[in-house]
Amino acid sequence: MAMTVDVPVLKQTAVPPAAPARSSRYARPVLGLVLPVALALGWELVVSLGYSNGRLVPPPSKVFETIIELAKSGELSRHILATLWRVGAGFALGVVAGTIMGAISGYWDFAKRLLDPTVQALRAIPSLAWVPLFVLWLGIFETSKVALIAVGVFFPIYLGVMGAILSVDRKIVEVGRVFRLSGPAMIRRILLPAVLPAYVVALRVGLGLGWMFVVAAELIGASEGLGYLLLDGQQLGKPAQILAAIVIFAILGKLTDWLIEVAAAPLLRWQDAFGARGGQ
Amino acid sequence: MLALKEVGKTYPNGVHALERFSAEIAPGEIIAIIGGSGCGKSTLLRAIAGLDHASTGSVTLDNAVITSPHAKIGIIFQEPRLLPWLSVADNIGFGLADLPAEARRARVVAALARVGLADKAAAWPRELSGGQAQRVAIARALVPQPEVLLLDEPFSALDAFTRRDLQDHLLDLWADTRPTLILVTHDVDEAVVLADRVLVMRPRPGRLFEEITINLARPRDRKSELFDTFKRRVLTALDRSLDRSVRDVTDKSSAGEAMWW
Repeated sequence: MAMTVDVPVLKQTAVPPAAPARSSRYARPVLGLVLPVALALGWELVVSLGYSNGRLVPPPSKVFETIIELAKSGELSRHILATLWRVGAGFALGVVAGTIMGAISGYWDFAKRLLDPTVQALRAIPSLAWVPLFVLWLGIFETSKVALIAVGVFFPIYLGVMGAILSVDRKIVEVGRVFRLSGPAMIRRILLPAVLPAYVVALRVGLGLGWMFVVAAELIGASEGLGYLLLDGQQLGKPAQILAAIVIFAILGKLTDWLIEVAAAPLLRWQDAFGARGGQ
Repeated sequence: MLALKEVGKTYPNGVHALERFSAEIAPGEIIAIIGGSGCGKSTLLRAIAGLDHASTGSVTLDNAVITSPHAKIGIIFQEPRLLPWLSVADNIGFGLADLPAEARRARVVAALARVGLADKAAAWPRELSGGQAQRVAIARALVPQPEVLLLDEPFSALDAFTRRDLQDHLLDLWADTRPTLILVTHDVDEAVVLADRVLVMRPRPGRLFEEITINLARPRDRKSELFDTFKRRVLTALDRSLDRSVRDVTDKSSAGEAMWW
């Protein structure tokens, strides 16, 4: 971690934490798959045995087939890339703005009293209400979509950062004072590491909202993107295509969330939390 | 020389926590401050540490007025207050950021060995027991070699055995560089085992009530009769400090004087 003092690691003679048993390491994710796989197989069976024609709720094999077809024609990657680009750009903008504003409001009481009421009032507006305005201001193409996603991402990040800074333990800050840390050193060595766990949570919540808003943005009017696939599927009566898009949304959402989790894990190894009980 | 001159503290909410507290503390002296709750002992310690401003009077260390945390003054709190995101070694080296890496490393390694935690260098604070964590806090405070070390009920959250162990260990560490120790405690046994002088305070507002010199040779035998005598003396002073009918006097007394109780 960048903020650690460079200090020796002595040979650690203490017993290393026991490695998790091999079985539990693989059993845990597998356990999570039992329910969806059972449901999918069940439905597949129901359709193949002829109990349902599977027209409105196509069986998994049909959904999978659709995904393969879309992939073969190159359509799928085009839609995925369009959506990923929108989420990426909107998420980045929302994170930057939310982090800066949240940090200012959390650190500086005057700014909080000045900014926070307005931000909270804006937060109370259902974000989709911005859509007509954004379309008028920014056009119906990419900019308005990215802006909408950024708005969705902004609020959880802003709240998360501000709340995390406000709740940093006064006693820990006092340790920094005792060692006469300057303002920047206090931020770098005490506040940043202290808010990091809450920040990671805020990022994950923000990303989740980013995925939510990209669908809304793409339903409004798009010629490509996974949201467009949804709408196209509805209008042309292709439920398999809708389900295919939903499955891909789920996979991408989970994957990007997992990326944040994995990227943050080395920075949060120190946490003594309930969630870490089986870890390490 | 640490000089407290008529130090007083009234909090913004009107609580009058400390009134005209004066004392002169020589380098290397060990002072225990004891008193009932609300007698301003922690307020006094925080004023000496420069964490809070005194409302009246002054704290001076070698003629420098203390108004903010000072390089020569270290403090150990009731809780270890280790930074959970730093390893034990990084915690101990926290106050040495100005030192070149090599020097810092050497100091930290020496301190780890000195407090008997060399094998815990890479451990996280959460992996330590209460006693071990407080040892790390002691090492962290001592490693910048302060001239004055303040301790705010440092062992009160520990069990009796660990507490006794750490008291002895603290004396042992004190002997290395002999900083001035000022210890706030509510444990009479702890005050008598550690201190050269016990300052008994009385509450509402916090004032110095009585000063008792403990001229017992170290190491002190907790089971000796003389030790008991001093303990009784401190206890009696504490009882009297809570009795509002007793006038507010600052008795100077030492072991040789007549035992008035």
